[in-house]
Amino acid sequence: MSFVKPTFRHPTSTKNKAGFYKADYEGRISTLCAGCGHDSINASIVAACFEMNIEPHKVVKLSGIGCSSKAPAYYLNNSHGFNTVHGRMPSVATGANMANKDLIYLGVSGDGDSASIGIGQFVHVNRRNLNMVYIMMNNGCYGLTKGQDSATADIGSLSKGGSLNEFSPIDMVSLALEMGATFVARSFSGDKTQLVPLIKAAMAHPGFAFIDVISPCVTFNNNKGSTKAYDYVRDHIEVTSEFDFVPIKEEIAVDYPAGTQKSVTLHDGSQILLNKLNPDWNPTDRRSAMEKVQQARANGEILTGLLYIDAKTKDLHSMLETSDTPLNQLDAGVLCPGQSVLDEINTAHR
Amino acid sequence: MSEKIRVNDMVVRFANVNGTGSSSANEVFSKAVFRMGIPVSPKNIFPSNIQGLPTWYEVRISGQGYLGRRDGIDILVGVNPESMRNDIASVRQGGYFVYDSTRRLHDDMIREDIHMIGIPMMQLSIDNYEIPRLQQLFKNIIYIGALAVLIDLDLDVVKSIISEQFEKKPKLIPPNFKALDLGANWVRENLDYPLDVRLEHSTATGDKIMMDGNAATGLGAVYGGATVLAWYPITPSTSVAKSFETFAKKYRKDPHTGKNNFAIIQAEDELAAFGMAMGANWNGARGFTATSGAGISLMNEFIGLAYFAEVPMVVVDVQRGGPSTGMPTRTQQSDILPCAYASHGDTKHVLLIPANPTECFEFTALAFDLADQLQTVVFLMSDLDLGMNIHMTDPLTWDNNRQYNRGKVLNQEELEAVEDYGRFKDVDGDGIGYRVIPGTHPSKGAILSRGTSHDPYGRYTEDGVVHAGEIDRLIRKFNTAKGLVPRPEYYQEENRSNEAIIFYGTTTYAALEVMDILTNDGQPIDALRLKAFPFQEEVKSFIDSHSTVYVIEQNRDAQCRSLLILELGIDPAKIKSILNYDGMPITADAILRQLNRYHPGTNSSANTVDNHQKSHAL
Repeated sequence: MSFVKPTFRHPTSTKNKAGFYKADYEGRISTLCAGCGHDSINASIVAACFEMNIEPHKVVKLSGIGCSSKAPAYYLNNSHGFNTVHGRMPSVATGANMANKDLIYLGVSGDGDSASIGIGQFVHVNRRNLNMVYIMMNNGCYGLTKGQDSATADIGSLSKGGSLNEFSPIDMVSLALEMGATFVARSFSGDKTQLVPLIKAAMAHPGFAFIDVISPCVTFNNNKGSTKAYDYVRDHIEVTSEFDFVPIKEEIAVDYPAGTQKSVTLHDGSQILLNKLNPDWNPTDRRSAMEKVQQARANGEILTGLLYIDAKTKDLHSMLETSDTPLNQLDAGVLCPGQSVLDEINTAHR
Repeated sequence: MSEKIRVNDMVVRFANVNGTGSSSANEVFSKAVFRMGIPVSPKNIFPSNIQGLPTWYEVRISGQGYLGRRDGIDILVGVNPESMRNDIASVRQGGYFVYDSTRRLHDDMIREDIHMIGIPMMQLSIDNYEIPRLQQLFKNIIYIGALAVLIDLDLDVVKSIISEQFEKKPKLIPPNFKALDLGANWVRENLDYPLDVRLEHSTATGDKIMMDGNAATGLGAVYGGATVLAWYPITPSTSVAKSFETFAKKYRKDPHTGKNNFAIIQAEDELAAFGMAMGANWNGARGFTATSGAGISLMNEFIGLAYFAEVPMVVVDVQRGGPSTGMPTRTQQSDILPCAYASHGDTKHVLLIPANPTECFEFTALAFDLADQLQTVVFLMSDLDLGMNIHMTDPLTWDNNRQYNRGKVLNQEELEAVEDYGRFKDVDGDGIGYRVIPGTHPSKGAILSRGTSHDPYGRYTEDGVVHAGEIDRLIRKFNTAKGLVPRPEYYQEENRSNEAIIFYGTTTYAALEVMDILTNDGQPIDALRLKAFPFQEEVKSFIDSHSTVYVIEQNRDAQCRSLLILELGIDPAKIKSILNYDGMPITADAILRQLNRYHPGTNSSANTVDNHQKSHAL
């Protein structure tokens, strides 16, 4: 185990279009367990931000409490972040977003943080279609308190100690679809080729983007019989589509076969390209996505990929009709009506 | 039963059924008294209910300008059969009970020692209006008209207020005028008038305005530069959010695009409301929330985070009767300790305590500056009486040259110039570090804010020495606050008495009246009004310079007294309590009674507001 992160940069590494090296998007050295799925997600976040040419300080990192919520320390060192309290990240993200609509809000949470203590705020941030990326690192257990079952643990899943979960799981993807999320995806921490473009697309999406990432807990929930173990997930994964995200003004390089290809254009002109592996499902139709998810659950499959997107969505700022200038940049000259208005108000109250 | 005529000195109480439109009629009455130039102080005593339960509207009219409640009801307008027996009993000897005689009053309701004035209010209404709902509404206006003649309330003034009220629905003006005249004429034709208690035009109101504290608080937030309000409905703070919204929609639209220079979110609960407002502050906007005691309890976790992560935050607490759900529609000052020390671990918070709507406006605007300067949570400690009743108060003023004090915030250039930036480094010795707003600089100044222990650079630490150092710095910061929060108010140039009273918030109204009564009795007492926590050293000096100090407050546990003892190291033996916690605003009588109890042997009958029978309706 290393304690210091090398500052060495590979001689062939290049800057991105924003003028940053990939190392500029990295964080402090991770203190998560070796082999933790969360570290793979962190690496995907770094890759996605680098490839998206986002200036690091234009990203705001947010989290709640738990192993997953420690993660913002391990990526984007040059981005401000707020490691809030347990289950309350969505509200802080909402307020931060209201203050400055020009930044990118990237929240990470865990299944304990989101599906139990924070389920109220999770539900409502979906409803409000807050423009943010919400990644739930889903390992089915409370890692930081040594492996208690979480609310996403499947019925019949065995804990490391050998106890069987008998409580019905909360499927956060189904919940997000029900609650009005406008971008819903599921992925696997071990599948970076899928996860990186998903995160990029989620950042480009102008509304609430939820990604449930199955991320095995190597220490407390990677045993035989656990449905969140690496082996189990690999055996039951069902990928919905090949997937690519093409930023604005980039040439489309992938070429999927006609008939299965589906492209979604986002508000800024960027495109999501899907090669659907299932002809019955339409990822731009909420009901179709919900049916597909239910079907997969019934079959015991872990459905991954972009499951639903509404690219023409209105986010919370649009609904509240907030000013084009971020609210945190308005000064007293704009905000304060002054004495003359008070004179009118005084008169009206006599 | 004749007695001398009393002019511009009375308590009128209306007993109604809630949901019948009575409160707007009663408010017309109060405004008309005020418009005649007579100081007036109405209290809406309402149930936690929408329709059908008893509700009272009590109006103190005082030419001398006393705005606290007073014991002894001179006139009771009773139109609620359910509460009538108690209402009749609550009238002072020689007072007046005005009732609807459409139905005959039962014999055993008659009191011989008061005047019983029956007016066929409902019959007049039924004879003149067809729709039952209108009959109910106009009955209220009919009794206003009748009462106006009885006490010489200027009917033209009442009419001008009604005209203003229905400016946008002018069709409603003539039927309202008609109802007023129905009541007025019936009295003129059937009764002797005016009564021995009556009104005369005055100029005692000067340039004052009548406003409720919550309206002023919402307006203060607009003037203070708040752009994000997140809130959750709870009586009695809901109208703070409503006021902010109303004023913001009027004065905060971008003139070019018509878009909003504000964002208001009705949150899913008080926790989320705090989180949102704090998130906005963290990201450089000015955010706030408004709530009451129950909401404060829920927000405790976040309050600790804002304290320890040092995020500016403004919380308006319109206090109501506790504990638990308590008396949601009654007033108290019972959140002083819970707010001063809110959240687990070692925490202390800044409190601003307004005593009138003008201070609600000023202190709310100030709270945003203080929160930014101190990078911490600032509570505005209002209460239901202040927030939801209209009060006669000084006109609102604003210095057009005033700029917002955003505290220590570094921009990109300033940050470049700092050699070794650390978010929590105490470079100025006042306990306050320099903030960098997210998005300021591409490679400098970013930190991960957290509720976990951190070093002066904001990095996670489990080093006990570093942790203790940061906790100590927060106390240095709290001491800095003493020099920034409003100083106490003194009511004498130098000490005149061995004993003194200390009070705060809405207790001020009754305390001021007590001071006058004692002065008139030749026993003036020194007084100090607290406007903020932390307490300044001068508060300790004031207490030290008196033999006994009485802290007057509206809670059971003498919360502010405890806070004074704890924070200033006062000997508990020399600091005594005068309390009121029945949910009704404290009266001068209640203060004097308790003060006298501390002085056995003194003539207690000399100093009371008057010798009338004590009100016991509630």
